[in-house]
Amino acid sequence: MNCEIWQDKLDAFVDLELPAAELRDFQSHLRGCAACSAEAVARQRLKSQTRLAGQRFSPSAEFEKRMLGAKPTKARWNWLPALATAAAAIIFVAGFTMFQQRARGHELVSQLVDQHVATMASVNPVDVVSNDSHNVKPWFQGKVPFSVDMPNLDGSQFTLVGGKVSYVQQNPAAQLVFAVRQHRISVFVMRETSETARLGEDAGPSRRVGFNTQSWTEDGLRYFAISDVNPNDVRELCERLKRQG
Amino acid sequence: MRLEAADRVRAGVEAGSSFEELATPLLKPLYNFARWLSHNDHEAEDLVQESFAKALKSFSSFQQGTNFRAWMFRILRNTFLTSRSKSLVHVSIEEEGEEMLLPPDPQTPESILLNSGLHERIQVALGRLPVHFREVLLLCDVEEMRYQDIADTMGLPIGTVMSRISRARRLLRGMLAEDELRVAR
Repeated sequence: MNCEIWQDKLDAFVDLELPAAELRDFQSHLRGCAACSAEAVARQRLKSQTRLAGQRFSPSAEFEKRMLGAKPTKARWNWLPALATAAAAIIFVAGFTMFQQRARGHELVSQLVDQHVATMASVNPVDVVSNDSHNVKPWFQGKVPFSVDMPNLDGSQFTLVGGKVSYVQQNPAAQLVFAVRQHRISVFVMRETSETARLGEDAGPSRRVGFNTQSWTEDGLRYFAISDVNPNDVRELCERLKRQG
Repeated sequence: MRLEAADRVRAGVEAGSSFEELATPLLKPLYNFARWLSHNDHEAEDLVQESFAKALKSFSSFQQGTNFRAWMFRILRNTFLTSRSKSLVHVSIEEEGEEMLLPPDPQTPESILLNSGLHERIQVALGRLPVHFREVLLLCDVEEMRYQDIADTMGLPIGTVMSRISRARRLLRGMLAEDELRVAR
């Protein structure tokens, strides 16, 4: 393996800026190169940690109120004349709140994408390695605060690769990894919270940063599937998971 | 490659949107960016306030459908640079001599990342980074801007952005590794 040609592309990889063709080649290289895999995981983790650490400062309530509040009476804030009436202020605040909720939803998606990418780049992507659901399901007992239902994969093109415990928004989540042909699909299972609820209702597969994702809720649990495989395969695996739930 | 649709939402770039609709969601990220650049609460508030005023004044010339978020960050960055150029404290935003700052590659990046207190240590290291490295990491990693948007924000070729991101991360990791060694002693 010639790692030199990939060293300069590691940052573009973790930033999801590699063109599709190069991404495929690089992922192929990662599967056979422990050194590059470790480096990719380290950079991915540093990027994730930097994102969290970098969101450090918030404007003071007073400043935010001056900028966004319903009483823009100070002359220097007269750029918000629309907020001069209470009705406009209510609409404005409601819109702002909705945007914040959407933005937080995107943050969660970014976090899940990062975890999937880090898992794919890892030499040891899962902690329990088994294609037998009877081994993987009990492995999660005591590690996550819910039971992880496994899909029936009989007669399908999917195989179970294994699982691991991930942390999403500081809460434990089961990450199941499936294989279909040369592709991998991560399915995160976690308790539904107000944060995960922002992922929304099941709307079928959608395209995010080059991956196909699908998310839904069932019995108080949130499911999030992500893969670079085509959306039909993602949908089929999700349907199998739903049937089992 | 990135969140094309989501970026549009985050940027609020929809035809016919008002300035308030587009700018308001950016208040917190712009303040965070300004605070990291200036290291000062009041200066950060002034930067954000002045940037909003400038943006509103120029909003008629803003091309709807382009990246409003990058445009706002560019205005704030330029406002910061202008404010510093007027002050006695000169802040170099150039890359001249930056190679001198780069430590050798850390040998054990995993050990850095697995240690406790990483969150706080990254914040300290970020604050110590030269401003031209700090800003590019904030835009790339915290704001999750695409390389092209960062290039637009900073007025740099995309190749320069990529190399600066790489150098910034190398420097950050070097700082964390040095910190790790210092704690271990």
